[in-house]
Amino acid sequence: MSETPEEPTGPRRVIGTPSPAPKAVDTPTEPGQAVAFSAEPEDTRHAKNAERVVAVLFIIAFFAGCGFIAAYVGLEVGISTIPKGANPVVAALRSNLALGTALSVALLALGTGSMIWVRHLTPNIEIAEERHDLRSEPEDRKAFKREFAEGAAISQVTRRPLVRRTLLLATAPLALAPLVLLRDLGPLPQTDLRYTVWKKGLRAVTLGGLRPLRPADISTPGSMITVIPEGYQDDQDALAKAGVILIKFAPGELHIPTNHDGGTLVSTMNWTIDNIVAYSKICTHVGCPVALYEQTTHHILCPCHQSTFDAANGANVIFGPAARALPQLPLMLTSEGYLAAASDFTQPVGPSFWERG
Amino acid sequence: MSDDAVKMPPALDGVGGWLDDRFHGAKGVRVLMRKVFPDHWSFMLGEIALWSFVILLLTGTYLALFFQPSMADVVYHGSYTKLDGITMSQAYESTLNISFDIRGGLLMRQIHHWAAIMFMVAIMAHMIRVFFTGAYRKPREINWLIGIGLFTLGMIEGLFGYSLPDDQLSGAGLRILFGVFEGIPIVGTYLMFFLFGGQFPGTDIIPRMYILHVFLIPGLILALVTAHLFIMFHQKHTQMPMLGNTEKNVVGQPFWPYFLLKGQAWFFFIFGTLVVLATFAQINPIWLYGPYTPLAISSASQPDFYMGILEGALRMMPSWEINFLGHTLSLSVLIPGLGIIGLFFTLAGLWPFFEQWATGDKSFHHINDRPRNAPVRTGVGVGVICWYLILLLEGANDVIADRFDIPLYTVTWIARVAFFVVPVGAYFVTKRICLALQRKDANMLVHGVEIGIIRQLPDGEFIEEERPVTAEERAVLEAKHVFKPLPTEDQVDENGVPAPAARGPLGYARKLANRAFTETVAIPDHGDGHGAVEGNGHGEIEGGEHAAIGGSQEEQQ
Repeated sequence: MSETPEEPTGPRRVIGTPSPAPKAVDTPTEPGQAVAFSAEPEDTRHAKNAERVVAVLFIIAFFAGCGFIAAYVGLEVGISTIPKGANPVVAALRSNLALGTALSVALLALGTGSMIWVRHLTPNIEIAEERHDLRSEPEDRKAFKREFAEGAAISQVTRRPLVRRTLLLATAPLALAPLVLLRDLGPLPQTDLRYTVWKKGLRAVTLGGLRPLRPADISTPGSMITVIPEGYQDDQDALAKAGVILIKFAPGELHIPTNHDGGTLVSTMNWTIDNIVAYSKICTHVGCPVALYEQTTHHILCPCHQSTFDAANGANVIFGPAARALPQLPLMLTSEGYLAAASDFTQPVGPSFWERG
Repeated sequence: MSDDAVKMPPALDGVGGWLDDRFHGAKGVRVLMRKVFPDHWSFMLGEIALWSFVILLLTGTYLALFFQPSMADVVYHGSYTKLDGITMSQAYESTLNISFDIRGGLLMRQIHHWAAIMFMVAIMAHMIRVFFTGAYRKPREINWLIGIGLFTLGMIEGLFGYSLPDDQLSGAGLRILFGVFEGIPIVGTYLMFFLFGGQFPGTDIIPRMYILHVFLIPGLILALVTAHLFIMFHQKHTQMPMLGNTEKNVVGQPFWPYFLLKGQAWFFFIFGTLVVLATFAQINPIWLYGPYTPLAISSASQPDFYMGILEGALRMMPSWEINFLGHTLSLSVLIPGLGIIGLFFTLAGLWPFFEQWATGDKSFHHINDRPRNAPVRTGVGVGVICWYLILLLEGANDVIADRFDIPLYTVTWIARVAFFVVPVGAYFVTKRICLALQRKDANMLVHGVEIGIIRQLPDGEFIEEERPVTAEERAVLEAKHVFKPLPTEDQVDENGVPAPAARGPLGYARKLANRAFTETVAIPDHGDGHGAVEGNGHGEIEGGEHAAIGGSQEEQQ
């Protein structure tokens, strides 16, 4: 069979170029000229179908809207209103599902209906509007300059510098006043960030049970316990700085390097009790609580930004953005044999700040 | 149209007349009704942000009716029995009540949160569109800057918004905020003590963020959005390069009735999508996090995505800190926490002016560029997007390490290297792709469009059938702005003095930038593609192209 191939026309559209849509019926925009288009659709059958679809969608939206109100009235939430024994969380989620579904259907039906309306019922008409220069005409600019200068001259502001300058002088303190008013938003930092509530003899209690600890209570090496100063469990400001982690080491595993403290070498090995060392729980990066401890490597990890500290080696930084070791809290035993602080931290805990030194 | 079909309903006629008697509006409103809106899908992105903002205002007002912005302690005895007897702030308690005791409260909360995310996504998408099409060029630089302001305000507004419930996750975010800002030299600790009313966490931050979140920042956003729209309205829209579109006109559909109908449809679609998300995709289930306590934290603590680059930057940074003269400069916090985002917004704000300086182009632009026709801009844009994505992904490095079983530190090291390498690589690759696409366009103008049919000529040669480009295609292909090179130091005047622009280090930098910006593929200038150039067209275009490309490459060496 020798069939003449259809005359090739090529791809209907080259990627990156516009689709060959029916284009601009250019209508005049000057006042007084008649607009030359028709509201009558080209294909009445098509338009009639589109009209029906739009109407059906709007009716669906109507019923979904009614459904929203019905769901609001019909589905109770809250422990005080739902039947005894029913689960309030389930009730809330069920209400959310019903209300949300009804509202979704209503809105999407309205959206779809509106879209079909504008795409299939309204004739596709484009108009061209003239774009005027944004820059003003030269004579307008000139006139503006002149009138502005005239006004300035009439106001005397250019001619009487004394008035002008004293006005500026008068407004300067008033402009500062709003800033001054902000002063009482809070206290000055002073030395608040340098100290915590830990002091000599203050016992460490567990965060959950508020139980004081004897060294024997932390018998297994490798565990990390979070403790807080006794009596401060409801003081969030105090806790935000004074959280401490206790880590028990097997004998010989703990190596705390000697530190320079004001020019003298000090060892803080004697701050530990029975191979239990206490470090600040507040990360020296931006202050998240360090919460993860890997007992085989003795690494303490901050879950926020993954600063990693070597607990066996003075909590020095081994990875991540923190720049300083976790401060160590000197420990002592009270007369009853409980773990307590021997003093406050000897350096500020938490993130670095300008006055820290 | 016949007069019968366009009759004003008598009732409307009466009201209209009454109003016109008082406001003299017929002429002005008529102009508004005929305001032209060019049609392109990418012009709808900014509108998503606008409608999302409207939905944020609506749902936010509803939530404010029930929310208690207070950090006073209460003991919870409510619907969420797992937290029964727990001490928490009133803010957290009222958020639980909104979620479990108010019909539709959870839905409104989730719509509000999803709308905030949609708002930021749309702002970013809109910004990317405006950047890649060069729609920020003269005269629209101010609107570009306003857009950056809106982006910044949106980030702060979102941060304050998700911090208000005072749950564990958002409290950790505030702790980080305090930690970052107290590192600012000299004023940092003062700023934070004033904002928080003392030490972290204190009891003032929630009510203070509340008034900023519901009044001050939305007010600023509303004002800037209004300015953004009015400027756009006054300067008229940009339009895509198409047949009939010129620098002197705006072609599109009039506001009344087209844009109104389309805007209505678009609003319902966006609102509907947000409600679908709020119904079926849980967001910020604060009851699972528990109330904030300073010593608890969970891993995989990520902020909302628009703060993700800050999180990623903080995680990526090595531990740099400088101690001098009794002061501490916490670079490992300041550079990622404030420096990165500051740099991003500063460079974005300066870009339109940098481009003008580098190209010497001070003319008005109302026709958008196709991204391929501005290779440097497109390359820089892709580079910045890569850079942003690396930071964003690094913000979830713990999740990535966990899901893909890669050691955590390896993820961070990959991000550290990629941060410097990938954007630069992306720039060069993108620029080459753009030039290759330009070459393709030029070829298409000369040869026409290949239509996929191979014919054998009587002498045995195979050729591919082509058809000439249509007028519509030609209008797009030829819409390219070719910059003249700035005077370079070779171009001296008759006295042997180099052109002023090329002198000094700044002149040298400008010359380098100008050379990059002017690299282009010449558009062949002749009549109708196919027929006229059967014989010599090929050689002509190749030659011209090599002159343009080759010339600039030589200069670079």
